[in-house]
Amino acid sequence: MSAPLTLDQSAPPMRAVGIKTQFGPNIIHENLDFTVNHGEIVGLVGGSGTGKSVLLNTMLGLKEPEGGYIEYFGQNRDDLTPETRGVIKNEMGVLFQGGALFSSMTVRENVMVPMRESMNLSPRLMRELADMKIHMVGLPPESAVLYPSDLSGGMKKRAGLARALALDPKMLFLDEPTAGLDPVGANAFDELILGLREAMNLTVLMVTHDLDSLYLICDRIAVLVDKHIPIADSLEAVSQFDHPWVQEYFGGPRSRAAIGAGEAAAIRLKG
Amino acid sequence: MLASTADYELEMRGETLVVHPKGSWSIEQAGSLDGRLAGDVAELTYRHVDYDMEGLEDLDTAGAYLLARAIRYGVVPAESWDVVSQSPGHKTLMNAATSAVLGREPEARRQWYDTFTRIGKATVRFWGELIETLAFIGHFFVVLMKVIASPKKLRWKAIVSLIESVGLDAAPIVMVLSFFIGAVIAYMGANLLAAFGASIFMVDLVGFSVLRELAVIITAILLAGRSDSSFTASIGAMKMRQEIDAMTVMGLDTYEVLVIPRAIACVIAMPILTFLAMLSGLAGGLLVAWATADISPILFFNRLTTAVGIENLWVGLVKTPLFGLIIAVIGCRQGLAVTGSVESLGQRTTTSVVQAIFAVIMVDALFAILFYQLGV
Repeated sequence: MSAPLTLDQSAPPMRAVGIKTQFGPNIIHENLDFTVNHGEIVGLVGGSGTGKSVLLNTMLGLKEPEGGYIEYFGQNRDDLTPETRGVIKNEMGVLFQGGALFSSMTVRENVMVPMRESMNLSPRLMRELADMKIHMVGLPPESAVLYPSDLSGGMKKRAGLARALALDPKMLFLDEPTAGLDPVGANAFDELILGLREAMNLTVLMVTHDLDSLYLICDRIAVLVDKHIPIADSLEAVSQFDHPWVQEYFGGPRSRAAIGAGEAAAIRLKG
Repeated sequence: MLASTADYELEMRGETLVVHPKGSWSIEQAGSLDGRLAGDVAELTYRHVDYDMEGLEDLDTAGAYLLARAIRYGVVPAESWDVVSQSPGHKTLMNAATSAVLGREPEARRQWYDTFTRIGKATVRFWGELIETLAFIGHFFVVLMKVIASPKKLRWKAIVSLIESVGLDAAPIVMVLSFFIGAVIAYMGANLLAAFGASIFMVDLVGFSVLRELAVIITAILLAGRSDSSFTASIGAMKMRQEIDAMTVMGLDTYEVLVIPRAIACVIAMPILTFLAMLSGLAGGLLVAWATADISPILFFNRLTTAVGIENLWVGLVKTPLFGLIIAVIGCRQGLAVTGSVESLGQRTTTSVVQAIFAVIMVDALFAILFYQLGV
């Protein structure tokens, strides 16, 4: 690394302040405040079309908000120099919904892309580290030389996660990580995230619709309703929150089933 | 993240190797640490490794992976290891690092052998391509006959909108190009023929070349570059997004929905475009003839009707529906051959344009032989 840069590790890795998003006359977000604290797994929920993915893109810097600003590790994104921004980019890993793997490369080459771009490592070490990441996300070693088109949906997600973890990011963004996975696969993925958080000291923000994931692994749940995030708190607090959509979401039959399953799983994990 | 350095100390306690990593063992330092630890332990004999993480500031998976090499790279691989640390995360990371299973090494390439493999593969692929193209054409005509037998199945809306994008939208560029080609031919004639004092033959030159060949070929090549590639790309993208599968499951015939309308649109648009190209090509020639050899428009048209004649217009136009058909069929065929990857989409689009231009020029040559034999 060229410039010694001190990131304030105690500051929240990601903070959104007064975000306003607008498409033409359509206001998507207004006065949206949201903080992700160090070391926690935050689930972001909201109805379809409330702009969860737009918010994720705004936080990643793929889209500039019409108002408000984003802070990374306590620094306003607009004030960052390109160099600092590059360093911070390396501290963030993203798993896109479909995996977004580069289709012309093997899984191993995909994982090596961020290393090759930002680090000065020997090809052999890069290959070994990539294989280790592939192993960590639970893919068989043979999959390292496969192309994304040869992988199933679940394997693509795991491979995408391996690439997101390539540089050991401090902050991980997951866009619907368990969507399209079978319950067994989804469960395994949840436990994988928990394990990686512990091992790699990750902060995780996940957009999800999977109630099981919310109950099982999220420390806090942020609810996106009425163009902002009125509450981001523990599951108990959020499910008590007085808003018709929240009540419907957490009071529905699927939710109650997931609570039961979540408690059982929690007991199993602790025991 | 502090820009600190990483280092370590080794200590032997009986049959135990104690590793004291210091500083920040992270991926930023991995480049400089790579190989050092493995080299240092290569001479040592031990059965157990202890990691004392006391002086460690930062550890990530890359650092853990390098530390784990101490277990493998001794004279004999260590049987067990342990971590002495305040942070449980270190143990988890080391667990992940030591259990990492590496995939196969990428296979080394055998150069001369490789060449033959590729030639063989290319031959097989060429043969397969030929058979598939013939099968496609056969299938296409069967479906075409079915549609003609029950014309209600024709999708007129799609055909009209395709004629707009294939024909109308291409008209300006086709006309401009053909205008310049006509002008260039006239200029060539102006230089050569003036030497013989036979400048009036410039009209013959422009008339014959534009009407019989150039307008047709220019239009066909432009259509191949413009519409054929867009057919391949759009159908290929539909294939990648499983839209084609969805159609098939719904009982829609891909050929009927996608291929036939495109083919009909091209068959209709191609003669019209060619006719426009002929007009503007002649206009280009006319202007140059007027400017360089003082051949007035009236004289130009007189000479055109007497020396060149209308039959050359028909000779040019009669080929065009077939060219339109060839371009549409190749575009659709390559589009449907796209597989899941982005790369195949690019490859197929290239193949499609190359094949279309090749086929058009080859068929044009066949026509030239045919017309010569017929004496037209």
